[in-house]
Amino acid sequence: MKSSERDVKKQQKFVLIIAAIVVTLAWMAVGGVQESATYYVTLDELLAMENPGTKRIRVGGDVADGSIVRHASSVEFSLHQQDETMADPTVLEVVYTGADPLPDTFRDKAQALCDGYLRADGKFEATKIQAKCASKYEAAPGDDAAPVYGAETQSPAD
Amino acid sequence: MENLGYLAVLLAFLLSAYAVAAALAGKLRRNPFLEVSAQRAVLGAWLMTTAASAILLHAILTDNFSFNYVASRSNADLGLLYKVAAWWGGQEGSLLFWSWIAASYTFVSVYTGRKLHRNMISYVVVTMAATQAFFLGLVAFEANPFQVIMSGPQITSVPDGSGLNPLLQHPMMAIHPPMLYLGYVGFTVPFAFALASLITRQPGERWIHTTRIWTMVTWLFQSIGILLGARWAYVVLGWGGYWGWDPVENASLLPWLTGTAFLHSVMMQEKKGMMKAWNIILISATFFLCIFGTMMTRGGLVSSVHAFAQSEIGTYFVWFLVGGIGITAYLIASRRDYLRSEAELDSVVSRESSFLFNNVILLASCFAVLWGTLFPVLSEYFIGDKITVGAPFFNKVNVPIGLFLLFLTGVGPLFAWRRTSLESLRRNFQWPALAAAVCAIALFAAGMRHLYALVCFSLCAFVTLTVLMEFYRGGRVIQRKQSLALPAALVELTRRNTRRYGGYLVHMAIVLMFVGFAGAAFNRVHQEEMTVGDSIEVGAYSFKLQNISESDSPNFFRAVAAIDVSKGGEFLQTLMPERRFYHASSQPTSRVDVRSRLREDVYVVYAGQSNDGANPVIQVYLNPLVNWIWLGALLLVFGTLVALVPNKARRSATPVRAAELGGQPVGASGD
Repeated sequence: MKSSERDVKKQQKFVLIIAAIVVTLAWMAVGGVQESATYYVTLDELLAMENPGTKRIRVGGDVADGSIVRHASSVEFSLHQQDETMADPTVLEVVYTGADPLPDTFRDKAQALCDGYLRADGKFEATKIQAKCASKYEAAPGDDAAPVYGAETQSPAD
Repeated sequence: MENLGYLAVLLAFLLSAYAVAAALAGKLRRNPFLEVSAQRAVLGAWLMTTAASAILLHAILTDNFSFNYVASRSNADLGLLYKVAAWWGGQEGSLLFWSWIAASYTFVSVYTGRKLHRNMISYVVVTMAATQAFFLGLVAFEANPFQVIMSGPQITSVPDGSGLNPLLQHPMMAIHPPMLYLGYVGFTVPFAFALASLITRQPGERWIHTTRIWTMVTWLFQSIGILLGARWAYVVLGWGGYWGWDPVENASLLPWLTGTAFLHSVMMQEKKGMMKAWNIILISATFFLCIFGTMMTRGGLVSSVHAFAQSEIGTYFVWFLVGGIGITAYLIASRRDYLRSEAELDSVVSRESSFLFNNVILLASCFAVLWGTLFPVLSEYFIGDKITVGAPFFNKVNVPIGLFLLFLTGVGPLFAWRRTSLESLRRNFQWPALAAAVCAIALFAAGMRHLYALVCFSLCAFVTLTVLMEFYRGGRVIQRKQSLALPAALVELTRRNTRRYGGYLVHMAIVLMFVGFAGAAFNRVHQEEMTVGDSIEVGAYSFKLQNISESDSPNFFRAVAAIDVSKGGEFLQTLMPERRFYHASSQPTSRVDVRSRLREDVYVVYAGQSNDGANPVIQVYLNPLVNWIWLGALLLVFGTLVALVPNKARRSATPVRAAELGGQPVGASGD
């Protein structure tokens, strides 16, 4: 009788400690999500979004040929998205204001991922850009899917 | 040639499939001839994959650009080492490479284990050959590396290949993928042994021993693979960091976490007959996370900077996972009686419970990393928006987890089994606790205000002292008994119980790495557009751009910036970061240059041209203590190797009395 009582107490101790650990971590996780949650959208989805101005957004598309204009402290370019069903591509004007130099792979026709937000004037202000050079490696499907060492752009440094 | 290569792949696939069928049928019908023929098939499959690999490698080395794979992954002017690396530089080749490693593991584990584990080896063959057949099937039917671009008599010459991705043209990259693959694929072996023991209800500990050894070997490869990847990211990618919580990095970390948990909790099974079901689940989870990681990174489930491209093979992985997990779950459920625990947890302050918490926390970390990595997929499925989480999420959860683990690293090994008395707590922990307090106060007085860094450094001091005391106490006993010098006594001590003291060395390695991680709290970065002759000041250093020189070679064009680094007016070194433009892939890259010291790294990047294209942009990173991570990595390898050496037989049969050593039997077979 007494020993079973002790067992119950002991079990309660373990349950309490583990619960405390899990709850703390869950709380941290929720905070972490709120701090860094970014909406990952295509160009079409971005333009159809409600209140896009209030959200952190990552948008992907192709850099329009010849659209890159370099200024002293910013770079402007257009992102295109087009498939067979569309007569004209969806276009988004992007202004890059980040501090890092653009990745090596950022060129005309490259696939780019831009992190930032949509300004009131309809332009997208990007603070971080990742890019994958499309021209050379596109030929082979499944290209560069090899794990870990296939990095084609700078790593997502923060 | 391409036909021979493909034929070898097909034969290897068929032989693996036959091995599965023959081993299963031989076991069920008690036909030893079938079992032996399955083992022969394993050998045959290994020979065939070896032949296929040799043919592909030959094509790469002889610049046979009529092979689609060679043309897209190599070029004539590529160095020899990188030509070899092109073998695993792309999807098709890496799957073949993967299959070859799997076949090698199967071959080695079956032929070394077939005498010792006669009554379960056929089930080991089943699991391993099935996994290998799956990958060979992918090579044979979905990702054939032996496709030729064109053939026929009218073809007289083929153009040069488009080259290996320049970022991969680094010596680290030639070793990192094979190591990681050895880890990923290797976890199949302990999984296969664990499953076979479950199926045959193995009594005793022999299979645990085999499983543990294989897990340690695999864990070592996986650790080296991950750390080399981190090192490569640091010296090649030029962003000053080594870990970005990218999905592909996370995928390699997940099985490492569960594998680490397994290595600890399997001791509970060995010593106390506890946590049997849990261990089977852990090693299965490790194996399936390896497969899942592969699927995640190749199947296009989540997008990563590593893999934008999607491929069609994801579906096959889903079926493999569903089937495998289903069978494993059924086996576990149907053999619950075999997995029943032989003892219960006695006290919160005991070795058992420290293992339990270690497991809880490692799994929590694994779950959090998995959750964060799959967040875009999950959020899209449940709320319709694709939401990604970044480094802040992963750090916020994993930093406290890491610190708690570090704490357990110190206290766990010193807790006694069952329960720990207050007296032994005081004896074991008063000095380490004092060291931690002194460390915290000293650093605080020196002006350090970063909470996590303070906690981390104090815990490092704490763990270091517990480990040193363990070595010292054990060494002293041997020193007295055998009148040896202390260093010799320490070697003797380690050789008597390699697992335990090798384990302590690995724990020390973890401490060194945590010192390095904590150093990141004080990283500094500065970026400046510079013209020749300009100087900038960062921290205590000043940097002067002396000149930029340009040169060309068949493989790449380069521009090298010569930057003089000085400190307090005293010249230290000229750093030479460079920009390269690779002709074959028409891709530019940066090569960083680092002045590396124990105290801090001065890391300089020629990052590119300014936005208007006029001036070079130079980035300077000051990364304190980062070298301790790589030192820790070396010690980790050494410690694991020590733990793999068999114990030296003792001269006297009586174990050292536990009472002499604060309740810890030294040199006994405990950990």
